[in-house]
Amino acid sequence: MLGSSSRERGPLWRDPTFRALLVQGILLLALGAFIVMVVSNTMANLEARGITTGFGFLQDRAGFSIPQTLIAYSGDSTYARTFVVGLLNTLLVSAMGIVTATLIGFAVGIARLSPNWLLARLANAYVEIFRNIPLLVQILFWYFAVLQALPSPRDSHSLFEVIFVNVRGVVLPDPQPLDGFAATPWALLVAVIATWWLVRFAKRRQAATGRPLPVFTLGALLLIGLPLATFLVTGMPLEWSIPALKGFNFQGGVTVLPELIALWLALSIYTASFIAEIVRSGIQSVPQGQVEAAKALSLPGPIILRKVVIPQAMRVIVPQLTSQHLNLIKNSSLATAIGYPDLVAVFSGTALNQTGQAIEIVAMTMGVYLLINLVVSALMNLYNARTLLKER
Amino acid sequence: MVDPNTVTEMVAERRPPDLRRGVLGWLRFNLFNTPLNGAVTLVTVALLAMVLWPALQWAVLQADWIGDSREACSGEGACWVFISARFESIIYGFYPESARWRVNLVFVLLAILIAWLVIPRLPAKRWVGLFALVGFPVLAFFLLVGGSFGLEHVPTRNWGGVMLTLTIAIVGIVGSLPIGVVLALGRRSQMPLVRGFCVVFIEFWRGVPLITVLFMASVMLPLFVPTQVEFDKLLRALVGIMFFWSAYMAEVVRGGLQAIPSGQDEAAKAMGMGYWQRMGLIVLPQALKLVIPGIVNTFIALFKDTSLVLIIGLFDLLAIIRAGLTDSDWLGFATEGYVFAALVFWVFCFSMSRYSQYIERLLHTGHRN
Repeated sequence: MLGSSSRERGPLWRDPTFRALLVQGILLLALGAFIVMVVSNTMANLEARGITTGFGFLQDRAGFSIPQTLIAYSGDSTYARTFVVGLLNTLLVSAMGIVTATLIGFAVGIARLSPNWLLARLANAYVEIFRNIPLLVQILFWYFAVLQALPSPRDSHSLFEVIFVNVRGVVLPDPQPLDGFAATPWALLVAVIATWWLVRFAKRRQAATGRPLPVFTLGALLLIGLPLATFLVTGMPLEWSIPALKGFNFQGGVTVLPELIALWLALSIYTASFIAEIVRSGIQSVPQGQVEAAKALSLPGPIILRKVVIPQAMRVIVPQLTSQHLNLIKNSSLATAIGYPDLVAVFSGTALNQTGQAIEIVAMTMGVYLLINLVVSALMNLYNARTLLKER
Repeated sequence: MVDPNTVTEMVAERRPPDLRRGVLGWLRFNLFNTPLNGAVTLVTVALLAMVLWPALQWAVLQADWIGDSREACSGEGACWVFISARFESIIYGFYPESARWRVNLVFVLLAILIAWLVIPRLPAKRWVGLFALVGFPVLAFFLLVGGSFGLEHVPTRNWGGVMLTLTIAIVGIVGSLPIGVVLALGRRSQMPLVRGFCVVFIEFWRGVPLITVLFMASVMLPLFVPTQVEFDKLLRALVGIMFFWSAYMAEVVRGGLQAIPSGQDEAAKAMGMGYWQRMGLIVLPQALKLVIPGIVNTFIALFKDTSLVLIIGLFDLLAIIRAGLTDSDWLGFATEGYVFAALVFWVFCFSMSRYSQYIERLLHTGHRN
């Protein structure tokens, strides 16, 4: 049997290399044919509708107003400006949502592990209720059922006659910087750098001498004290524009749109229910033996939490937390259902309806979200590589 | 002479001093074991009482249930008449009354199929599952769309309510799972072109919000096909939803594939099995079983996100309720409407998530590392 070494080559279609080439060739051909078909159809359709392709429309006058703009904008601005305004609004509500969702999520997640039976059950109920109701329903509920039921500006609920809540939103006092205010942000920046340096110094000192520094107290003192001192020394150059009722509406102050509040509430509450689960599973993933070993070394409770449990739990929590933050950013696009002027609402909505440049606009909108996603994922991979369990 | 201090009788057994015993003991151990916990308990009870009692009064005790116009509502509590008066349209949308038996038939069939698949004791899961994935969609399509076998044609723009929500959810589920499996296999392929295509496909859909996908489906897809082809609006949304969720499904399945030791595949190779045999008979059955909870979680997310079709103008459950709120006879019942919508979605999603937890316990065969 060993003699028949001249193994016959099977038929060509049994050869794995050839088959791999064949499959990929077919895939490439099919993909090419699909693209050619789509492009030619699109060209024909666009021509039939009289739409010119390209991004030239971005320089045209938009001619519609947007209720909330973080940069100067008017009806005379270009579509490119519309894009930026929408993007900034998306980023604003996302940033607000990420902060509050993370705070609520951590609180609820820790409460679920509380030895207090009632608190743990309550936290559990929170998670089960809010993560099983579609976000869109929650947004519509907050907007139409809660905020639209608020009184008119004349009968606003007020807080110390400074903050007013009514159907048109929340009116807050608006800080107006005067001359010399610029020193305060600079002081804050200096304080941040100094704190960062302090943390590094304390770490090195502890490694070398074993003596810790009260970093938290010193850092807090630095971060709050330095800007505050600067503010006081420069003579408190800040004026508050207090809202006041004039006729049917408020003058002065800054109005937070009800759409923004509804979206923010819904995004925070919904995403927090997912974050709570992540936090709980992260804390539970730290083996009990770790805590017991720390206790055996007679480490005090807060130190066990800070130096043993949290660092290990964070390794599990952070990647999933980031993906929830990304979900929140993507979900903020539901703004369009209640008319909050985010990227999708003003650009894929109003701008698209006016110009008919469907392909360019949808592609740009998708591109923004894709870019955010890819950048954050890349950062996440860096973090994962750094905190990877180092096993030898 | 017996010493008076000697005990001559057996002392009755005493119970061990267990602080956790009894209602009081339980309370002390679980709610008031430290002063801080006691304070937390009291604050929580107070908050709950402040929220729950008014909510109960509004939703049940002072609510109005019977009637057919807004005059039936006293205005003290919830006006559930708003829901009961338009219950038919919430279920069927604008489906013609004479043809609603077809929807009912599909509902009943669906309920039987789901019950059969969900209850572990019932036999012949494989065949029922095959029917649910292949036979049932075809049957439901002919029943709901009509236009053949002597059934009246009902265009999809008349579909709505719970019926449309379930249609989108089920088509999404049935469509995205197989595509997701193929994508997951493709992503682990040795062929660079196949792998690259799958990676780009998956990461693209996962990187964009579903809203933009639906916008794309409603404004861009018509441009992609020849002008004379009429592309149904519902169908366009379904295509978008299917692609979008297949990417998420692919990532779930990939997790399962990675958890199967490569020895399984190698052993199958040693037996002389081809690729599809190895995948279909050895690897996928194990991998899919591992990720059933993940798949159900994706189903839940998909089900919740069916509500997004209201933004492109389809009348699902949520959109029908919202449309009802703009009816001038029924202004001002937003709370009732959205609470009801939330309740319906919640019941579906909560039961699915409970089922996934149950399955997880059932299938926990110590396979995971």
